Amino acid sequence: MTAAIEASGLGKKYGRHWALSDCTLSIPVGRVVGLVGPNGAGKTTLLNLATGMLAPSSGTIRVLGGAPGSGPGQLAKVGYVAQDAPIYAGLSVADHLRLGAHMNPGWDMALAAGRIRQLGLALKQKAGTLSGGQRAQLALTLAIAKRPELLILDEPIASLDPLARREFLQVLMETTAESEVSVVMSSHLVADLERISEYLVVLVDSRVQLAGQVDELLASHQLLTGARRDPATLPASQRVISASHTDRQSTILVRSDEPVLDPSWSVDQIDLEDLVLAYMGQARTSRPDVSDEFGTKILEEKR
Amino acid sequence: MMWVTWRQFRPQAVTAAAVLGLAAVLLAVTAPHLVDLYNSAGFNACHAACGHVASNFLTAIGSPYRAMFEAFIVVMYLVPTLVGIFWGAPLIARELETGTHRLAWNQSVSRTRWTAIKLGLIGLCAIATAGLLSLMISWWASPIDSAMNFGQPNSGSGFPRINPLVFATRGVAPLGYAAFAFALGVTAGVLIRKTLPAMAVTLAIFAAVQFLVPNFVRPHLIPPVQVTAPLNAYDASELMIGVPGNHMTVVGNFSQPGVWLLSNQTITPTGQPFTGPAGPACQGNSSPNACNDWVNSLHLRQLVSYQPASRFWPLQFIETGIYLGLAAGLGLLCVWSIRRRRS
Repeated sequence: MTAAIEASGLGKKYGRHWALSDCTLSIPVGRVVGLVGPNGAGKTTLLNLATGMLAPSSGTIRVLGGAPGSGPGQLAKVGYVAQDAPIYAGLSVADHLRLGAHMNPGWDMALAAGRIRQLGLALKQKAGTLSGGQRAQLALTLAIAKRPELLILDEPIASLDPLARREFLQVLMETTAESEVSVVMSSHLVADLERISEYLVVLVDSRVQLAGQVDELLASHQLLTGARRDPATLPASQRVISASHTDRQSTILVRSDEPVLDPSWSVDQIDLEDLVLAYMGQARTSRPDVSDEFGTKILEEKR
Repeated sequence: MMWVTWRQFRPQAVTAAAVLGLAAVLLAVTAPHLVDLYNSAGFNACHAACGHVASNFLTAIGSPYRAMFEAFIVVMYLVPTLVGIFWGAPLIARELETGTHRLAWNQSVSRTRWTAIKLGLIGLCAIATAGLLSLMISWWASPIDSAMNFGQPNSGSGFPRINPLVFATRGVAPLGYAAFAFALGVTAGVLIRKTLPAMAVTLAIFAAVQFLVPNFVRPHLIPPVQVTAPLNAYDASELMIGVPGNHMTVVGNFSQPGVWLLSNQTITPTGQPFTGPAGPACQGNSSPNACNDWVNSLHLRQLVSYQPASRFWPLQFIETGIYLGLAAGLGLLCVWSIRRRRS
């Protein structure tokens, strides 16, 4: 089956600075994929590469089997809500729907009008006077109603208040439940993605640190607590992601595909947020070449 | 895509329609009176020397029509400039500035098509606006233009339509200017990405082109007519002697009406420009006749270079073609640049 996004050695350089480097990914279709990472990690760069708004400096990227932004057919397959949800401030909500209808052969006006009605937006209202949440919803409606196979959302809820966030995610979940659309959504907050993501990509310092199905990621990581111990003494099958120590006690996050049987440890499951934070912290503290090697290994382990 | 372009352009289109409507009313209301004045001026009776009839008519029309004539020349200069600044420059620069290009370019329309339709549709509106206005003004001003054609070149009543001041405001040339100014504005916007600087650059470049073309390009679009004739000092339109007498300027009379005079030089029998020195006959208290006789004894010749009135339309079409060609080239540059634009 064609991957939603397939990247190989993908990199993007601005001047001498790499905004994204050596990114190798294969995101399967039919999932809701969360792309998480701190601000400036390269999330927007990756998504812009996937929509053809940027051209790669190195490597390749295929989206639904095609070159990003390569023509009307490819554009029709991908719905994109860019960062800050751009809309035409001077046009009304109704004008935006007509714009969508005139610019997309697959436009579903019933769907678009239904969403707008459900959101309680006035058709005649100028888009420039909408609240941040309404604006994001309008941009999402435009992207959904073109009936794409892949929906790419770049930090769509970063600037929204908690209620608007919830409503936005609600609409998104309804959409994915109703249709076969794949979704890739970025955020710098794990909490935003936790409820809807089945697949997670963690991007830190322009590199992919972790990628995989959320349940598999959770199952393969254990938090070990016990008497103070040097992490280097752990068996080779348990890779240390992070470790913290008090005078008497060690807390170590390991990645292991086998259960941890050592009775001296108390073994706990880790939640997604802590897992992501551990990887972010690891990327920060380790030297780039180390994290690179590690990131590559993680990717190799993936299906 | 046509609808989208039209919807975004609607406010500007309404403004243009209002301006055209206002001009049409103003011109239609005053035109019959102007035609009456022309018909009663006596052009039918004059066959050879209509210069006096023409200058009488131009006096008779009075200052309001004279002011309108001049005001509409200004309007015709402004229209292409404003089209470039307010239709061209913001067209794509504003999208890039506000980020809406990220919305537009992710609909199921290729960027090439998006750009081509925007350029084509609004470019046609620009051409139509300038064309209609030029048509109305050329029609309204035709009595004045034809009277001006009888006037002496470079005199107060001598602004025939081939004269650069009027040329740019008549016929088909304004279509070319509007198309070029629009394409120039769009290109500046695409390359600079900021609306205000793009507007300023558009204004600067268009003004420069509108200055350079009539002064350095248009005179040579068709090789000018050159006439050499013996200079008669009694007939000269200008005879000036510098104070010490070592410098002297003589300009021969050139009275062919309706032409665009490019140069009127006085040359010596060997072909050098004549600059003096003035002979004793032209210095001190000697009589003007003695000076004239002395000048005639030098056998100076008058070298005149001009574009005759009959070349108005050939020059119009050539220049319009050049501007339309430039506009098309800039349009292609825009399409190419937007295809390649990343983010």
